[in-house]
Amino acid sequence: MIALITFAPFQPTPGLAIWSLVIFLLFWFLAGKFAFKPIAEAIATREFDIQSSIDQAKKTREEMEKMQSDIEKLLGEAREERSKILQEAKEIKNQMISEGKEKAKQEAAKIAAAAMTDIENQKNAMMLDVKNEIGAMALSVAEKILKQDLQSNAEQQKLADTFVKDLHLN
Amino acid sequence: MMQRIFLTLIYLFFAILPTFSQHEEGHSTHANATVHENEEQMHSSDHKAEQKFDPAGTAVHHISDANVYTILEKTFPLPTILYSKDKGVEMFSSAKFHPGHHEDGHQSYNGYVMHLGSVYRVNDTSFPQVGSAELPEHAFVTKQENIDGKMRDVHYVQFEGKEFKMDPRSTLDGGILGGGMTSFMDFSPTKNVVGMILVSLFLLWMFLKIAKRYKSNPEKAPKGMQGLIEPIFLFIRDEVAIPFIGKEKYMKYLPLLMSIFFFILGLNLFGQIPFLGSVNITGSLSVTLVIAVLVFIIVNLSGNRHYWSHIFWMPGVPVFVKPLLAGVEVMGLFIKPLTLMLRLAGNISAGHIAILSFVGLIFIFGQSGASLGGSVLGTVVSIPLTMFMMAIELIVAFVQAFVFTILTASYIGAAIEDHHHVEEGHH
Repeated sequence: MIALITFAPFQPTPGLAIWSLVIFLLFWFLAGKFAFKPIAEAIATREFDIQSSIDQAKKTREEMEKMQSDIEKLLGEAREERSKILQEAKEIKNQMISEGKEKAKQEAAKIAAAAMTDIENQKNAMMLDVKNEIGAMALSVAEKILKQDLQSNAEQQKLADTFVKDLHLN
Repeated sequence: MMQRIFLTLIYLFFAILPTFSQHEEGHSTHANATVHENEEQMHSSDHKAEQKFDPAGTAVHHISDANVYTILEKTFPLPTILYSKDKGVEMFSSAKFHPGHHEDGHQSYNGYVMHLGSVYRVNDTSFPQVGSAELPEHAFVTKQENIDGKMRDVHYVQFEGKEFKMDPRSTLDGGILGGGMTSFMDFSPTKNVVGMILVSLFLLWMFLKIAKRYKSNPEKAPKGMQGLIEPIFLFIRDEVAIPFIGKEKYMKYLPLLMSIFFFILGLNLFGQIPFLGSVNITGSLSVTLVIAVLVFIIVNLSGNRHYWSHIFWMPGVPVFVKPLLAGVEVMGLFIKPLTLMLRLAGNISAGHIAILSFVGLIFIFGQSGASLGGSVLGTVVSIPLTMFMMAIELIVAFVQAFVFTILTASYIGAAIEDHHHVEEGHH
């Protein structure tokens, strides 16, 4: 025969039941109210904060990316603008240079032409002077010669007049 | 590899089981006795059996509740509150019993005696009913008697050459587990109550401290104990409360689930600490009964129309099946908390018994100290087995707390589920 093993430790006793009821209810009330509920709420709040922070960061990053692309676009545009401006400037420069050259040429030609006329005028004036001088010189020479021959001779005066007449006609 | 080790250990466990029953056979007249040296004068007939170590009795004694708290060899008396119809309420310290070896009292007090840590009443006018009375050495005898066709342990105390029958305290099992209402009730804060108070106070202190930190540093990362508890807390919330109860309503039941989980876990682990009385709190049906009944009340108070209609008039089945199902469902109402109660107590007590049995190997092999070589062999065998069992028990402590909580959550979830959600679930 196998001996009966007593079930005594498993017999529920009213004393222990009442004590455990009181202890468990107190534990449930106190821990629930002052620990488990606040902890659960704090964790929920923290989780919400973390989630919203992550969302915020994501949003910010997206915005940054958008801004970055905007900046790049702007930079590209600016670069294009710059090269365009440079191109234009070059063109203007070339045009100006060529225009300047043209102008200078014209000016030079003008100056040269003016100089030519001047030279011509001076030459003419000089020629006229020379002619006059030569005329005067010839006249004085002739006068000197004639003075000596015509002093006494009226006919010679006549001849000189004819010469002068001829000279005029020239 | 692990599996093979596990199987070997299981085999060893079953191999040593017959050893216990053999011992019990030679021991039928003294189920609770342990090593009694001086009992020859009283029991010369089974004197050989008396010398033997009784593993079953020792294990039963160690998992029992007691009116004293023994740590190692030191015995701390506890308050004793007794009630009997004829004598009313009596309060005194259990030191009045002068508890000694094996928590047996050396004195009686007001007609009460202490045997193996429990209070008994000697309801006999020829036994001293007022004040203290000195009991002889080894005064307690346990006999097996046929009561109503069942073999029961009946305890006797010897006093002045006469044997007096001792009434055990009243129990709530109605005779199913060999107890029932007797001549008195024991409302004392016992060893289990002291353990429960200690664990509850520790848990309260810890959780209030953690809650304070959550309040003062809401945006800081968890630290210390908070970091230890938070994963468990989140696990219960995310794997137990929310899946079973639903995101909208779980907050209402979360404190209850957390209380159940940490209360049971704390008590399970407290019972695992060696040399601290090895209090078997969650292994006693009184405690699990209370929590299971609370769960039963909460579940059925929370039950909505849909829940009750599923119990009493199951929709979607032929009419003649409905009463049948109602019967099954009503039984289920009570079986659910019953299984909650039995599962936890059974698992934790089983763990305690297994560890005590492995430790008992030392005494069995050593023939209660008679054989040194046997003791050494017993120790060598016992240590790895006990270590293995303790590791298993650590897992069991968590698993049983978790199972109790998850089942509670599922019962609550079923009670408050909206019709809506069920329909969605079916599609």
